[in-house]
Amino acid sequence: MTDRAIPPPYSPSDAGSAVAHGAAGSPPSPLVGDEREERGRRTAYECPPPHSRGGGAETAPERPPLRVRLALRDLDGVTLLALPAIVFVAALFVYPFLYGFVLSFEPKAGDWLANYRKFFSDPFLYDTIGATLWLAVPATVINVLLSVPVAMRVRYLQRRRVLTTILVVPITLGTVLIAEGLLNYLGPQGWFNRSLALVGLGPVRLVHNYTGVMLSLIMSGFPFTFLLTLSYVTGIDPSLEQAASTLGAKPRARFWHIILPLLAQGLAINLCLSFVQTFSVFPSAVLLGSPAGATRVISIAAYQAAYEQYDYSMASTVAMIMGFVQLIVVNLILSARALFYRGAVGGGKG
Amino acid sequence: MAIAARDFRELRLNGMSRSFGSVNALKGVTLNVRRGEFIALLGPSGCGKSTALNCLAGLLTLSNGSIWLDSTRIDRLKPEQRGFGMVFQNYALFPHMSVKRNIGFGLSMQGRAKADIDKRVNEALSIVRLGDQGEKLPGQLSGGQQQRVAIARAIVIEPPLVLMDEPLSNLDAKLRLEMRAEIRRIHDLIGSATIYVTHDQEEALSLADRIVVMRDGVVRQVGTPEELYARPAHADVAEFMGYRNLIRSPAWKSGNVVNVRVGGAEVQGTPVGAVVDGNAVAAIRPDDLKAGAGGSLAVTVESAQYHGRDFCCCGRAGDGSELYFCSERRVDKGESVRLAADPSRVLVYAEDVP
Repeated sequence: MTDRAIPPPYSPSDAGSAVAHGAAGSPPSPLVGDEREERGRRTAYECPPPHSRGGGAETAPERPPLRVRLALRDLDGVTLLALPAIVFVAALFVYPFLYGFVLSFEPKAGDWLANYRKFFSDPFLYDTIGATLWLAVPATVINVLLSVPVAMRVRYLQRRRVLTTILVVPITLGTVLIAEGLLNYLGPQGWFNRSLALVGLGPVRLVHNYTGVMLSLIMSGFPFTFLLTLSYVTGIDPSLEQAASTLGAKPRARFWHIILPLLAQGLAINLCLSFVQTFSVFPSAVLLGSPAGATRVISIAAYQAAYEQYDYSMASTVAMIMGFVQLIVVNLILSARALFYRGAVGGGKG
Repeated sequence: MAIAARDFRELRLNGMSRSFGSVNALKGVTLNVRRGEFIALLGPSGCGKSTALNCLAGLLTLSNGSIWLDSTRIDRLKPEQRGFGMVFQNYALFPHMSVKRNIGFGLSMQGRAKADIDKRVNEALSIVRLGDQGEKLPGQLSGGQQQRVAIARAIVIEPPLVLMDEPLSNLDAKLRLEMRAEIRRIHDLIGSATIYVTHDQEEALSLADRIVVMRDGVVRQVGTPEELYARPAHADVAEFMGYRNLIRSPAWKSGNVVNVRVGGAEVQGTPVGAVVDGNAVAAIRPDDLKAGAGGSLAVTVESAQYHGRDFCCCGRAGDGSELYFCSERRVDKGESVRLAADPSRVLVYAEDVP
């Protein structure tokens, strides 16, 4: 839990190797190979070097106390502060997850894989994966793409706080309120369709179908992606863009060559978080969609298994499959990150 | 050498002003800069020198006044249309691009052919002596190396004007001296005009052909380093140029010299500007206030710091005022010392420091 790894002593000669470790995606482990020996010579309490060095062991260092040895591995009193979080995660995530995982292999009837076999042989069930992806992927992409230009515009505004507040209000409303509002506004007898009728245009069906759910996902998801993108955009040193402009880069070129590459990592994270959120869509799919048809998402299947058929084992199976699909997509996005620059987005030593 | 500044005769700043809300950061700066000239904008922080630089680069629009490059008015052009090279205080290197791509960025924005870009980038790398570092990312370089990349990136587009915003303030003392010489060498090599913002008078004195001293958004004095060092036009400029002793005193003329009262003793000084009998300010450098037997000014030593060649001391005069002076021999705390100053090195100003 504690991520307080001490970076290796920085010098131009080992800068290359340090970056190479980072680029290869391995965790930042400063104590590898010769660097470890390097530290060993500097730290008073580090274990003694191999006997081969020097030969005559006139100063046999005694074993340092346990406290010190633990501290060298970044375990000290402060580490205890991580305990509440660990307990919390274990009780509310790890345990239920493992419980559900085991439960999914204990079907009401048949062998241990019966539930999974049932899921993947019944189109009524396995089609929910496609239906959910068909909602979640476009909604996520639209939200993230939309957030970039808005964030780019908002970051230098004087009254950023006011605008940000307005944009963030939908988060506080909750999905159900948004759904109610959309039903009233966009429904067959809603203002929108009545206004259309006034100018002689036929009623448009915007709720109780795919469009309704999509609109609701964008409304409730956008503030979240926007806030994340805004924080990433404002994290980019403005002098980089100024430097690019003095070098002749027009706004478009500055965006493509400077902003976007530095934003890529943040957008990937944003995609992941936003996707996970929209993939578990439930209330708006029921309220604004057609829960038996086009917007029969995977969480509806899990709900029906659990609370309509009282088959908790099957519900767990659906939940496991749901989690697995999310994991695949998140993994795809995260591995695409490797294509882009990852590192500080500052302009130099500040 | 192929990298050379685009030709121009003169850059003219005509009443350049900029205000932020009700604050006037820049109040009518007028200045002519010739090609090949090295200008230092010198002043304390908040004096408007960085604002002036950003206005020149086009990063800030003017509230009033105009900027001309020969017969072209440029103050309404966007930064990307001006083609000036700028070196930022924090270097502003693109962290995701290799050194070579950083330097070649401006050239590729001009739509040049790749072979041409490569050739010029390599040349710029050799000018800043980073020939073998081209493939690294900026984060892998030291501060001094990053600074060189920033300079190479600014000069490779052959700008008529290179703007530098306190480029050495993030470097350690030794590297600063080294890069100072380097910056002047590169300036002479490419022949552009350079405008260099700094708050370090030593840096300005050693680098510039002309120094522009600014205070509160106003140009206080423009002159060669020698002029500014020997004869600051105003008391506040003197203060900034190392005249550490500023003594408020009544003054009365006698012929070509002015008599002032310093530390309880009468001292002769040279008037700068119109000095009438009455209140004045005398400015004396510590190194012009010498400890010696024949001095008329008696002080008691309060502290002394050894600076290698001599001791920089602080003494308290009979009237209680503090005076900074230099001594070639060791003086001890509490010791009585007599000080003398050459009348030509005691500058007397009518006005006070604002």
